[in-house]
Amino acid sequence: MSVRTDSVNEGAEPESSRLSREDVAHVASLALLELTDAELDEFTGQLDAVLEHAKDIDALDVGDVEPTYHPYPVTNVFRDDVVEQLDVHDAALAMAPEAEDGQFRVPPALGEEP
Amino acid sequence: MSTAIEIAAAVSAGEQTASSVLESYLSRIDDREAEIHAFNAVTAEEARATAAAIDASVAAGETVGPLAGVPVALKDNMCTTGIATTCSSRMLEDWKPPYDATVVERLREAGAIMVGKTNLDEFAMGSSTENSAFGVTHNPLDVTRVPGGSSGGSAAAVAAGFAPLSLGSDTGGSIRQPAALCGVVGMKPSYGAVSRYGLIAFASSLDQIGPFSATVADSALLYSVIAGHDARDSTSIPLPVPDVQATLDDGVEGLRVGIISELMGEGPLEGFEPEVLARVRDAANALAAAGATVAEVSVPSTIYGLSAYYQIAPAEASSNLARYDGVRYGHREPGGVNTAAMMKASRTAGFGPEVKRRIMLGTYALSAGYYDAFYGKAQRVRTLIINDLAKAYADFDVLLSPTSPCVAFPIGAKSDPLTMYLNDTCTIPSNLAGHPAISVPFGTGADDLPVGVQVLAPMLGEAKMYTVARAIELAASGGQS
Amino acid sequence: MTDIEQPVSSTMLSAWEVDSKVERETSHLPAEWEMVIGLEVHAELATETKMFSPARNHFGSEPNTNVHPVCLGLPGTLPVVNGKAVELSIRLGLALNCHVQRCVFARKNYFYPDMPKDYQISQYDRPLNINGWLELASGHTIGIERAHMEEDTGKSTHVGESGRIHDAGYSLVDYNRAGVPLIEIVSHPDIRGPEEAKEYVAELQRILIAVGASDGKFEEGSLRVDANVSVRPAGSDELRTRCEVKNVNSLRSLGRAIQYETQRHVDLYLAGDRPVQETRHWDEEGGRTRAGRSKEQAEDYRYFPDPDLVPVDPSPEWIEEIRQSLPVLPRERRQRLVDAGGTAQAAALAVERDLDQLAFDAMSQGADPERTLKHVANNLAVDGAQTLDPSNFAELVKLETGGGLTATQAKQVLAEMVETGNAPGDIAAQRGFEAMESSELEGLLDGIIAASPDEWSRFCEGEAKLQGFFTGQIMKATKGQADGKEIAKLLAQKSAG
Repeated sequence: MSVRTDSVNEGAEPESSRLSREDVAHVASLALLELTDAELDEFTGQLDAVLEHAKDIDALDVGDVEPTYHPYPVTNVFRDDVVEQLDVHDAALAMAPEAEDGQFRVPPALGEEP
Repeated sequence: MSTAIEIAAAVSAGEQTASSVLESYLSRIDDREAEIHAFNAVTAEEARATAAAIDASVAAGETVGPLAGVPVALKDNMCTTGIATTCSSRMLEDWKPPYDATVVERLREAGAIMVGKTNLDEFAMGSSTENSAFGVTHNPLDVTRVPGGSSGGSAAAVAAGFAPLSLGSDTGGSIRQPAALCGVVGMKPSYGAVSRYGLIAFASSLDQIGPFSATVADSALLYSVIAGHDARDSTSIPLPVPDVQATLDDGVEGLRVGIISELMGEGPLEGFEPEVLARVRDAANALAAAGATVAEVSVPSTIYGLSAYYQIAPAEASSNLARYDGVRYGHREPGGVNTAAMMKASRTAGFGPEVKRRIMLGTYALSAGYYDAFYGKAQRVRTLIINDLAKAYADFDVLLSPTSPCVAFPIGAKSDPLTMYLNDTCTIPSNLAGHPAISVPFGTGADDLPVGVQVLAPMLGEAKMYTVARAIELAASGGQS
Repeated sequence: MTDIEQPVSSTMLSAWEVDSKVERETSHLPAEWEMVIGLEVHAELATETKMFSPARNHFGSEPNTNVHPVCLGLPGTLPVVNGKAVELSIRLGLALNCHVQRCVFARKNYFYPDMPKDYQISQYDRPLNINGWLELASGHTIGIERAHMEEDTGKSTHVGESGRIHDAGYSLVDYNRAGVPLIEIVSHPDIRGPEEAKEYVAELQRILIAVGASDGKFEEGSLRVDANVSVRPAGSDELRTRCEVKNVNSLRSLGRAIQYETQRHVDLYLAGDRPVQETRHWDEEGGRTRAGRSKEQAEDYRYFPDPDLVPVDPSPEWIEEIRQSLPVLPRERRQRLVDAGGTAQAAALAVERDLDQLAFDAMSQGADPERTLKHVANNLAVDGAQTLDPSNFAELVKLETGGGLTATQAKQVLAEMVETGNAPGDIAAQRGFEAMESSELEGLLDGIIAASPDEWSRFCEGEAKLQGFFTGQIMKATKGQADGKEIAKLLAQKSAG
């Protein structure tokens, strides 16, 4: 992997947050969701309204403000390297939609595209 | 009806059996659950067994916990070993966790009796409990109205007398808003005060578990049981829990109480019902009468809370909910010719529309390039809100606002997502800041429906928050209690 | 305004400037082309438990037995960082001369059935270790961009009639490996050929093992390599389109894959075409790389800081403590033997066998470097060799070089030293290994000449192969105790005289 270096200039990109039907279709495919045409239309309008409302923060200059990823800042929370014996093998496979030979069974990785 | 404190005292002293207490609650559930639908599952069998065990302990002269024999309802997004934990989603309809959430362990150790798993908006996404895959929960005070959400089942359970206590989770107001709409007490603790281990995640940096109760004292009791450091949650605060029960009745004499002007309809935010605002002012006046100093204070960036929230929460949710892919557990849609097709079909069939909306909103926020564009920016706005609140707390011990801009609304009244989201305007700032906040009933608004007053406190300021909440409760009951 | 690290290119160029001054491995490509290779090496960390889950980290268990709700990604579970994994990662970072910094974990989001949460916890714009370097035995320095922590995926096995990946059938998923701690070491594109790539990985493997970060086993998948490969006109500093070659499972494959892929690029350019940036898979049997499934959309991993985890911020004290506990690294160990008089090859072998300290100590006590390292190479690939007392070892080498023991005797004594721990002098005495006096040997030879006059005269007339006959006869008579060199000397003297 590598790090994206085309980092965003504060306030440059987010203005263009008007959402198109294609955007929604693209996002749905990234999220592994199938939408009907009717849903696509409905969601496009609804999501666009939410993004439109959220545009009020685009104007805010927060370039000098540190982001808050955790409300209560702690660091170096570590666990000891000790095995916790918790036999969930059977339980895990029992909850599997399909299992075989102690493993989770799924359709082939690459089958015919639907 | 007895309070949790009274029940625990009576059971511990052997004056009442846990079993008899349980039966009285189960019979109330029998009477009204059909019209309320607070529960996804009532776990009567397990509850009876637990109650019998508590009674045996008491009979044997053993020490029992602070919640001995107290029935507690759990929001159905907290994991319970061997008992379905569904998040009110088709996705997890039959899923039985092989482990207990930390809060469930703590409740058990305290002697509580779990009576059932309560309904919620699917994956806690919503403000009305209408987004449940298993049907709407009705407000016990008016069954044509919503109980609020997403912890609507837990709020309704306490309001209907199905349990003296329940647990909910609060990501943007999901405990406090339904508490307000159902006329009960609901509290969101400081982020990190209560372990999230075993709480099925919605938005990890905002989610907190907290108590519902009929009284402020019961809320403080339940909080004391569930709070505390947990090594299984990296974001858990490694500090001892303050004794909020000891200072409950300290009174507000000399305390400084600020009313947040932006959340009183005095800024760009609209849609506050006048009766709601009037009750908040009444509560403030009552506090002033009890010796507190009360003034208005501006917390300007609170108006941006909703926008920041709807970048952060969906972004985290889109990632948290990726694991529901039909491979290991949960719903699998049959007929997928390859893994990707199976996963897509399973997610499409397993999630309801609101969950899909938020996943897409969050995927969009994160896919627009480097995460700093939306998610990071929203986290910076979050800092602005924390800074503004810090300024306010330089002059005030606690802050007041409405919990919800409106009283319980009719089922189906808010079908537009954005309109629904606007319900959370007053509660979101505390989630973004990670601060504690509590909703206390104070009088009624339109249609005689209850109004909740929100008391906000700084990080780990639960003790003063509870003291003020207790004073408001006292004033609401006309000084009786 | 962002926390993003310096663009890759600026540090890369400085590394090239350094490298361009040293002579590089000659490429197998036409002389006017140059390879530009960067490697991403994944190493599984040698911990007891997984990166974020207290399940066992162990290779070769029954499927789905090393699992826990956390690494199965069950709803409601939360990750907690394995402190040992962080420590091992810092150890490696320091060994690679990296800057160790405050870092955060990020989620890399993509759907993959082997990945229980459908995101991988990795590090993105704030990795643990940055800006290091690794010096090869050749003296070339390869820049290390970063070495970050992440979690491994599970494994799926295709089950189908033909066993081919495209047939129907189905897959079975085993999550034993899911969540195993990994360190990903990303080099700058400083590598210029397949041999250098192999040398880099081999040296990295030695370092991983030396600092105890990983067992470095290719065959168990605890070491895996992806190669970012491109070519450019020799001497230019441009960066052309690169392809990421995956599924390289041995050093040999790595060399072959690079050779194939760079040639493919050159062929494309020569044909007036150009490679497209893509991920390709090395096909070991076919000896070629193949394009992965074409992706309809560009990869969009939607990285963001993992809200379930808090930053790792190693204190200067902790880093220093780890630095102090680091062993002497392979490069320095080899250099020490070379400085003491060994050859580079013998030194490398001694380090490989972890016998360099023994050899160095023996050499410090006056043992001949060449003889010492020869024993390490030829006679000490045995269990217990490490327990050998350096003084005894030195004594043995001195006995041998002083003529007190023949090479054959020394070998036998050494074997017994390893077994019993006894001193070489005692063993030699007990076995009756006294050095044979020259006069004694001469008498013996005279007897043999007398018994084989024909052979002797032919030998004296120049039939050199008969040296073996006489040597053999003497060895037979002395039961192998005579010194070969002494015999040769004697034969030369007598035949000339």
